[in-house]
Amino acid sequence: MDRRSFLRALAITGAAMTIKESGAMTLMSQRIGGASAARNSGAYDLVAVMGGNPAEMFRKGIAEMGGMERFVKKGFKVVVKPNIGWDKRPELASNTNPDLVAEIVSQCYKAGAKEVIVFDHTCDDWRKCYDNSGIESAAKAAGAKVIPAHESSYYREISLPKGVSLKSAKVHEAILDSDVWINVPVLKNHGGAKMSISMKNHMGIVWDRGFFHSHDLQQCIADICTLEKAAVLNVVDAYRLMKTNGPRGKSESDVVLSKGLFISQDIVAVDTAATTFFNQVREMPLESVGHLAKAQAHRLGTMDIDKLKVKKIKL
Amino acid sequence: MLRKLRIIISIPIFALLVLYFVDFSGFLPHSFRYLAKIQLIPALLALNFVILGGLTLLTLIFGRVYCSAICPMGFYQDIVNRLSGVFRKKKRFKYSRPLTVLRWSLVAVTVLAFLTGFHALVGLLDPYSAFGRMTVHVFKPAYLEGNNLLAAIFTHFGNQTFYKLSIYIASVSTFVIALITLLAIGWMAAVNGRIYCNSICPVGTILGFISRFSLLKIRIDEQLCNSCGTCGRKCKASCIDTKAHSIDYSRCINCFDCLEVCTKNAISFKYGVKKTSVNGTSEPGSQIDASKRRFLMAAGVVSLAASTSFADSKLLKGNRITAKRKTPVSPPGSLSASHLLEKCTSCHLCVSKCPSNVIQPAFTEYGLSGIMQPVLGFEHGFCNYDCTICSDVCPSGALLPLTVAQKHQNQMGQVKFIIENCIVFTDGTSCGACSEHCPTQAVSMVAYKGDLTIPQTDVNICVGCGGCEYVCPATPNKAIYVEGIGKHNKIEIKTEKKEEVKVDDFGF
Repeated sequence: MDRRSFLRALAITGAAMTIKESGAMTLMSQRIGGASAARNSGAYDLVAVMGGNPAEMFRKGIAEMGGMERFVKKGFKVVVKPNIGWDKRPELASNTNPDLVAEIVSQCYKAGAKEVIVFDHTCDDWRKCYDNSGIESAAKAAGAKVIPAHESSYYREISLPKGVSLKSAKVHEAILDSDVWINVPVLKNHGGAKMSISMKNHMGIVWDRGFFHSHDLQQCIADICTLEKAAVLNVVDAYRLMKTNGPRGKSESDVVLSKGLFISQDIVAVDTAATTFFNQVREMPLESVGHLAKAQAHRLGTMDIDKLKVKKIKL
Repeated sequence: MLRKLRIIISIPIFALLVLYFVDFSGFLPHSFRYLAKIQLIPALLALNFVILGGLTLLTLIFGRVYCSAICPMGFYQDIVNRLSGVFRKKKRFKYSRPLTVLRWSLVAVTVLAFLTGFHALVGLLDPYSAFGRMTVHVFKPAYLEGNNLLAAIFTHFGNQTFYKLSIYIASVSTFVIALITLLAIGWMAAVNGRIYCNSICPVGTILGFISRFSLLKIRIDEQLCNSCGTCGRKCKASCIDTKAHSIDYSRCINCFDCLEVCTKNAISFKYGVKKTSVNGTSEPGSQIDASKRRFLMAAGVVSLAASTSFADSKLLKGNRITAKRKTPVSPPGSLSASHLLEKCTSCHLCVSKCPSNVIQPAFTEYGLSGIMQPVLGFEHGFCNYDCTICSDVCPSGALLPLTVAQKHQNQMGQVKFIIENCIVFTDGTSCGACSEHCPTQAVSMVAYKGDLTIPQTDVNICVGCGGCEYVCPATPNKAIYVEGIGKHNKIEIKTEKKEEVKVDDFGF
């Protein structure tokens, strides 16, 4: 092979790689597994656990939800999406607890998942976040594939027909190409959005966060959650919560060791429950967290958690 | 033998330095920064007497081995020279007279410029720094392209070893200067060997002067020499006058190419008392090389022209208040803009190593004499609170090392908030992106209308990292930005007491 043909081969290979799946193909590959499915089954709508370590609380909680097998089937490609937004140690509660992420990853594999991917579109330098959060090493040790999300080419445009302010968004292809994805936020106060929980964690699957901030943040957070491929499960890490200076936090004085965990398929309910839990530490009326009511208006779930089948476990 | 030794030593120095410059993933540890710290001009500006003493001693013993083994620009010229030999099989050099007046005038002008405060010239002519800029602005983008191609191929097959990176020109003027340097020095090397080192480079001139007194020198044994002239034709420094059997030691770079070609063993590297006459001191004025003058002038004109058009494109038309920095933000550890300008040679190692792409080559932010010097810009990122790489790698002492604790207290700029541009004010919707990114909460969100919160700033605890400016979604003008301060300050961080909060119940 001479140089010219080698280069030509290289160029053709490169060009071939730019071919991407179209939106129609994505639609075909989607599966239905939304909140409605859960309500019809006998299991609980929302499970709240307190008093254990993160992995232990998740094991108890997911068992009450009917086991991971209910959500992850054999051969599934799964994405576990924690919050890895900041270059911070786990003790500072800016990111999801690494032990929890690892436990969820291993449970996915136990349920028969073919592949588990972990990523987040970070705010600080992604390599530092992945490293210092402890999530990359914990997830990899559990067998997950940890992938980058710092380049726009990893994202594909999807339309959000139900969106009010946000009509379309570029979403990470790992989410779009997965069979199911599990949303694993950490419970934090947020200077702008008031709270950062499951719904706010969607800002880590999109490329252009700036648009959210400049086009009615609360509405955009509710709008992105209308995406076709909704998270099959929301697991809120409240082992440590950030009560002040969120979502980045300054020091350990912002952190409360609250030892909680909330699991639900209903994203509005789980965020409502977590906000109510947070309210015990610092006043946070549900009305002030604008995206909750907006998401309820989108029929994404309910803020009326008293009407749900809730299981509370204290360890 | 000596030639091979020179090659064996110079290849790893050059290759590792280049690799360290372009390495973005951190696979070369930061101890490789010493390859930059042993370079002459940076060591001179850092007043690193150990390195300076070492280099002087090295030259006094062996001659200008710095130029053949340590200086990356020297090695670059050897590569070009070698490549040009592929196309011109019968490549020959011949003895030329030294351009003494040009050489020393350039040294004088450089020193004078430095003393009068026009520091840019030192950086422009320092071979290490010029090479650094070539590497950062020309070679590195190519390296990244290669990485991205590999990333595309590997990721396609499910392997995550490589990841994509965005490639852009950090500064048009610096790119132009780097490219001109690359082409001009490359062309000179292809045509005339080490003419750059021996006629323009001030480091070469000074080391050449010292090496006249070196202990070991290349010497021609007139008894053995049959005046075949082969050594002179092989000499890329054009410093062997074969007819007179003399060598101009001010220009000999100790490449030892001549030793290997002599069939009579008449030329050797040894200690000797016989003083060979220094040949060819030319009459003043006659030897000034017009082409180099044209090159320097062209470089100046092109960069000026490029910058004027660049400046025009930056004029934004908006109906809101412009958020434009009046004072540049100099990098962490620079103490002040004036300290930076005095010490920095614009090698751009910090520009290349900054993981957040915050350090960029200045245009006229520091004034004309600060062209190409590192300045912070927050278009592509913001300064990581816990990162100290730039001040760790700086070889010239322009950026002095900071510990992470010192970095946390180092204020390099101060936050400025323009409420009239803020989304919360103009649109009446939530935002908080600036406060979200603020590591010290110098920008915090306070109650505003209804459930809205709006930024409040405290310049006393601002480090000037630019997180707020980078992320502010307001357009066309930012609502929050960092204003430079001439001299960096030390801020006080209040330690907050951790109050014990117990959560016993679910709350619902």
